[in-house]
Parts: sequence; C-alpha cells; structure tokens
Amino acid sequence: MRGLSNEMASTTMDVDTVRAKINEDSVRLIDVRREEDYNQGHIPNAVNLPLASLLSDDSPERVVKLAEDMGIADDTKVVVYDDTFGALASRVAWTLQYIGHNNVALLEVTYSQWRELGLKTSTEKPNIKPAKHSLNLNPNILATAEYLENAKESDSVVLIDNRERLNFLEQHIPGSINIPYRTLATDGKILRTKESMRNLLQNRGIPEDAEIITYCGSVGTLSGLAYYALKSIGIPNVKLYVNSFKEWKKLEKPIDKQENAAYWDLSAE
Amino acid sequence: MAQQLRPSKSASKKPKVDWSRREEADNFAHTVKLYRQGKIDHDNFRRFRLQHGAYGTRMTDDYAMVRIKIPAGQIYPYQLEKIAQLSEMYSIGSAHVSTRENIQLHWVVLEDVSEIMHGLADVGLTSREACGNTVRNVMCSPLSGVCIDEEFDATPYAIATAKFLLRNPLNQALPRKFKFNFSCCENHGMTRITDVGLIPQIRELDGKNQRGFKIFLGGGLGNKSFVGHQLEDFTPEEDLLYTSIAVLQIFDRMGNRKNMARNRMRYLVDEMGWDKFQNLVLKQRTIVRATQSVIVRLNINQKPNEIKRPISVSNENGSVSDGYARWLKSTTYKQKQDGYRAVFVTLESGDLTANQLRAIAEITKDFSAEGFARNGFSQDIILRYVHESDLPKFYSRLLEAGLANSGSLTMASPVGCSGTSSCNLALTNSHRLAKEIQRKFLELKLDEDDDLRDATIKISGCPNSCGQHEIATIGFFGGGARVGKDMYPNYSMSLGGRFDDKAMLGVTCLRVPVKCTIPVILKIIELFKKNKQPHDTLSRWVDRIVHGNESSEIKSVGDMKKILSPLVIPPSKDDDPDFYSDYGSDTNYHTITGKGECAA
Repeated sequence: MRGLSNEMASTTMDVDTVRAKINEDSVRLIDVRREEDYNQGHIPNAVNLPLASLLSDDSPERVVKLAEDMGIADDTKVVVYDDTFGALASRVAWTLQYIGHNNVALLEVTYSQWRELGLKTSTEKPNIKPAKHSLNLNPNILATAEYLENAKESDSVVLIDNRERLNFLEQHIPGSINIPYRTLATDGKILRTKESMRNLLQNRGIPEDAEIITYCGSVGTLSGLAYYALKSIGIPNVKLYVNSFKEWKKLEKPIDKQENAAYWDLSAE
Repeated sequence: MAQQLRPSKSASKKPKVDWSRREEADNFAHTVKLYRQGKIDHDNFRRFRLQHGAYGTRMTDDYAMVRIKIPAGQIYPYQLEKIAQLSEMYSIGSAHVSTRENIQLHWVVLEDVSEIMHGLADVGLTSREACGNTVRNVMCSPLSGVCIDEEFDATPYAIATAKFLLRNPLNQALPRKFKFNFSCCENHGMTRITDVGLIPQIRELDGKNQRGFKIFLGGGLGNKSFVGHQLEDFTPEEDLLYTSIAVLQIFDRMGNRKNMARNRMRYLVDEMGWDKFQNLVLKQRTIVRATQSVIVRLNINQKPNEIKRPISVSNENGSVSDGYARWLKSTTYKQKQDGYRAVFVTLESGDLTANQLRAIAEITKDFSAEGFARNGFSQDIILRYVHESDLPKFYSRLLEAGLANSGSLTMASPVGCSGTSSCNLALTNSHRLAKEIQRKFLELKLDEDDDLRDATIKISGCPNSCGQHEIATIGFFGGGARVGKDMYPNYSMSLGGRFDDKAMLGVTCLRVPVKCTIPVILKIIELFKKNKQPHDTLSRWVDRIVHGNESSEIKSVGDMKKILSPLVIPPSKDDDPDFYSDYGSDTNYHTITGKGECAA
C-alpha cells in the first residue's frame, strides 16, 4: 500500500484531535452539507463542498481542481463531515482517495452531534489559498459494473449491499449479502467500535482477507460509509461499486428477489 | 457486540426485573456457526433456535424473526428506544407488537440474531423461551392495576410467575408450547382461551380478606379450539405456584409427544375428559405441596409502583386539535384512579416504525405517571396514568408521530396475524387485510358508532388461529379457492366468537374471497342496522343469531349465509383480474407454504 503512515491508517478522527488540529491550523475540514446549511453555521475553518456539487462532475480532473481550490495539497490532512450519518462525507472522502489523496479521514461524529457536544461553530468562511495537487488514480478502490460482474463469481469476493432490509429483499445483485447502513453506526458515532465491527463480520462469516465490494442504491454514499467501516478495522482490499444498484438496473444485469413473501406489509412506514 | 445506549434525556425508570443473560447471546452466535459448518443437524439447531426466541421465516433459512418477551407486557422507555435502534440495525426498520404482548423483529439475518440478543441484554430483555416447547410470555391484562372491575392487581403475580418459570428446567422440553394469561376481570383478558387463565379474586375467610384466583385450564385456539374449564371456585394465592407446577408436570408427563397436531394441553384435557383431568391436577398439587424439598415460592414484589405525574406540559390553553374528541372516545379508558386515563395507541396490525417506538418512549416519559408502557392483547400499546388535563397535548404529540388514529378500542381496529408477510404456514396476507379493513372503517368513521364498539374483527392467514379469528364477532381465516385453473385467496368467515365470561368460538358462516371481505362486513353492519332493536349492539345481535334467539328476518347463521351469498360470487378473470391476487401482491394468487415451527 502506497504511503500508508499510521495517521493515514485511521479512517476517522476523534473530536479532540480535530479541535487541536483546527487550533494549530493543520487540517483542512470539508463540510459536505448544502450551501445554505453551511452558511448558517459550520465547524470553524471548514470549507464547503456540497456533495451534489461534487457529483455534478466527479471526473478526476475536476476533483483535482476542486481539491486545489480548497487549498488541499498532496500532503494536506483532510477531515470530512456531514449531517447524514457520515454517508455523504464518506463519498467525498472516497473520491479524494480515488484521485490519490490518501491523507483523508471522516470526523467521527456528525455536525448535529458536534453541536450536541456543545462544541464551537462559526459562520465565517475561511480564507483559502489555492494549492497544487497531483493526480495519481487509485483504481484499486473502485469497482465498475464490469469488474463486479466478473469478480462476484469468485469465492474470495464478498459483495455487500448497504441498503435497508426491505429494499434488499425486494431486489439485489445476485450473490450479495445485506448489511444495512444503520448497522454500521453506534450511539453518538458514525461508525461502530472496531471490536463490534469485527464481531459483526465474524458472525456473518466474512473473512478479513476477502476482497469486499460494497454498493447501495445510487451514488455510493451508504456503501461509502461501509467502505470506511471496513477500512476502520484494516481490511486491505475493499472496493466501492460507486455507481451502485441504479446503474446495475439500467444496464439490465441480473437481479435477485426474495420471492413469495409480502414483507413490505410488515412495515409501518 | 453490545452497544451502550445513550442516556435518556429525562430520567427514565428502570424495570424491577432483569430478564436477560448475556452469555446466551454469545452461545447463540457460536451455535449458528456450528450449524453453518454442518456440525449440528437441522432439527437440533431448530430446537435450539426456537428455545432462544428466533422463529423461522417464510421460504428461507437465511432469516429469522426474533420474538422479544415482554412479561406482563410491561415495557420501559429505554427498552423501546433500544428496540427501535435494533429494528433499524438488524430488521426492517419497523417492529411488531403481537397478540401475546411480545415485540417481534422480522426478517433478521440469522447470523445477526446474537447481536440483537446482546442489545436486549443492555436493557434487561430476553427472547429466551419466546418460541419452542416452553412456557411462553406470561401475559397480564394491560389494565391490571387500573381496571374499574378488578379485585386486585395481578401484575406482580404475573411477573413472579414469569420469573419462576424462565429458564426453569421444569419447562424446557414440554410436549408443546404452554401459555399463561393473567387478567384483571372477566372482560379484559383472554383467560378462557389459553392453557392457564387466571382472574384475581378476593374472598372473605374468618372476617379476613384472602387473595386468590379463578383458574381456567385447557382452553386454547388453534386448528381445533377449546374453551377452558374452571379448576375450582377459588384458588388461594399460596396455591398459585403449586397449581402451576402441578399442571405443567401433568402436561409434561401425559401430553402427546407423538402427534404434533394434537399435542397442546387442550387435547389432553379433551381426550381425558375434564373431570378426570381436574382430579389429576388437584391430586398432583397435593403431591407438589408435600414434596418440595426446599421452600419453593413465588417471589412477589408487592412494592407499589411510584405514581408521579411528570412535570409538564399542559399549560397552553390553545385550541384542541381536530379529531381530538373522536380519538378520546375511541382510544381511552377511564381508570379507577381519579383523573387518569389509559390510552390504547391505535396501530395497524401491531406495526410501528423505529421512530414511532422512539416517540412512544418519549411520550411515556413525558406523560405517564407510572413511567412505563404496557403491551396489550390486541397488537396494541397502552400508556396508563395519563392525567386527563394532559390529554389534548398528549394527542397532539401522537399526531406528530403519526400515531393518532382513532378506534383502538372499537371494531375499527382488527387483529391480523403476520400472514404471508413472514410466516411459513400462511396461505393469505391476513396482516394487510386487517390494515385494509381498518383504513376503510376509519374512512367511514365507523369507530364513532357506539353500536359497533364492542364488536371485533380478527383475521388469521391460515387455520392455525394466530390471528384469534375464532373469538371475534366476525372472524376470518385464510385459504385458497379456484375457478377452473385460476386460484384466488378465500377466507372462511365465522360469527359470534367471544372471550369474556360467556366465551365461545365463532360459528362458521361462509367462505368469502379476499376482495369481498370488506363489502361483506359492511353488508352485515347494514343488516344489523336494519334489524336491530333499540339499544342493541352488533355483537349482541350476532350473539342472538348464532344462538338461534333472533326474531328478525335473520334468525340463524344459515339465514345470514343466504343473504350474503350473492356478494361472494367470483367474477371471471377477464372481468376482474384483481380478484385473483391477494392484497400486497400484483401477481396471480397461488398457495405456497413451508414447514411450520409451532410444533418443533
């Protein structure tokens, strides 16, 4: 693994470390909420990159440009946060990793939790000096539909669907198993403890040396969170099928369904 | 692994009993692994799984339903919050309140069941002996302690009985499942349709009041149903445990272990004859009393619950929300305690979302002076000790949570078992049908009709009575029928069932295709309105019909059948393709079932 220092190995950053790094100005915080939410208040010194803005064009060249505009150089420490249980932040963090920026972590709490903890917020926008960032694509963390289709036949590949249970029962990629995104969190944190994450995989019989591919409904947010949950316990080979089930269906690839049961009628939604 | 629950924002009460045992969760995880590795055979694993409260799921071995026992139905806010979280993490984001005061999580990956068990242990709950051939959740009327007709509160006795029996070697491998129901009075608990039903009674002896019970044995609903028999005039409280042990011992020794279809205790009672069975129980009780090597007694915690009205809430004299009067009338019960009501929260077939569970937890903390909720007998949750002056505010909080429907205490709140939504044995989607009927009743405002109030509708998706159709005023159980090659879902309808002191099983009337059930029910109501006597109710009118005591144009169930028959004629498939599919499905109906586990 390229450039894997101890610091980079951790996928989340705790609140105290983030606060210290804000004070010494040694971190670039990215707030991925909508612009109007950001304007009403954000973690001090955070820049705003709404997920929708990223997704409007997430070609590597543009992402490099976005990073440079946010003052992110190759060695800048980046921490991303959202207010959507870490899923949107995960997608942004993953995209940065994909263009070769490995020094990125998720804030371990959401913005709401940050506020509930009584921590400082601000409405000031930081002054950003653009930086220079190189492009070193990291294709090992991406799964395309074509890649997935071949890989999933292998016994050493585990395909994980992170949508909610009923959606999974209704339709899913053949051979996938379901770990709903809610399973990945714990009270007050966007990710489970390492111990409980390991335990979950162990119960499910998922070996830690397997190649794991995650997917969700459309743009790889929920499965992005799963990507980081798996990375948090050091699983070496995890890939995100970033275009997820929406693309899979559009390509008219095979779909499995839990047949002969009216499970939707158990939902009180 | 266990996850700590965030401390509740307001101090939430803690239960008196911790039902959990954390090591059972680890043991379960380990055993699932052995099973997946082929080191435990299917039958043994299934027995183990059921013993720990994980039930099979329709057409698959990959998923289970986890049945969380709520003894006496008493559930605390932080337990509701935990179940909400578990439902999102490991189930479908909704939970289901059963007819036996359990809370069920459906479509759980078998490998995740142990995670749920850990979560339950965090809040003192268990799923142990919620399924399998054990003593199931010990029920108690949700009105025990507040009922105007009760002689004393049976709750501590129900809790003590549950505590004595849980994990007790006495009931780990009975011939079949075994159920205790405690009631408050004749009307609010189903004491005559269960293995052991108990109604509290006080008698005067030598100028002193003595507590005891009226005990009914050998009742139960199922493929073949029976009404229970009263053991004796009065069973003093000190004999409660001895009687329970004696009955369990007799059932354990003499129950039918060969024929799965006839191994509930009611069959033993039926085959042996009541007199003989009764004698046996009384003799065995004498032996039990005489042969206990150490003093065995129920540990009854009589310490009264603290009743303390939460500091609230109702200082705003603003306008009362629309629909309040209707809701108040059809979902609340005036307690014997002055100024307080019990609110029966209206659910649809017992289902509620994780967020609704959280809302109920919050509302309980903010409004209930006893600080916990009670599950009921009809797939419902009851919040008691709500001060009358807080009710408008309470209602608006329910509105916010989408829980303010009317009708929980009326005919507009049918019971529907899980049916084809999860059960292996189901032939029809009874769960959804109950919701459809409820929506139609509310649309027509039938919950406001006093004549219908004490009538009930109950629906099972197969003949096995989990939906308790046989004790409903109008009951249905599901099956299939065909026109030529084309199948359609078809319900058998029975009339006149009841579970009070005149308990009886409904009388079969006719078969009703699923898409005709609502028109048929509405027709029955129309006929009743036309023929009723002044101050009559639907249930009384139906009662007269099934007993042949009615004097109007409909004198018997046969007359009723004749009038309703034109409504149930199948159209051709070309004319009405929808007739040939069940609710919740857009494909042609066909029956498909797996192996049941009730008897495993």
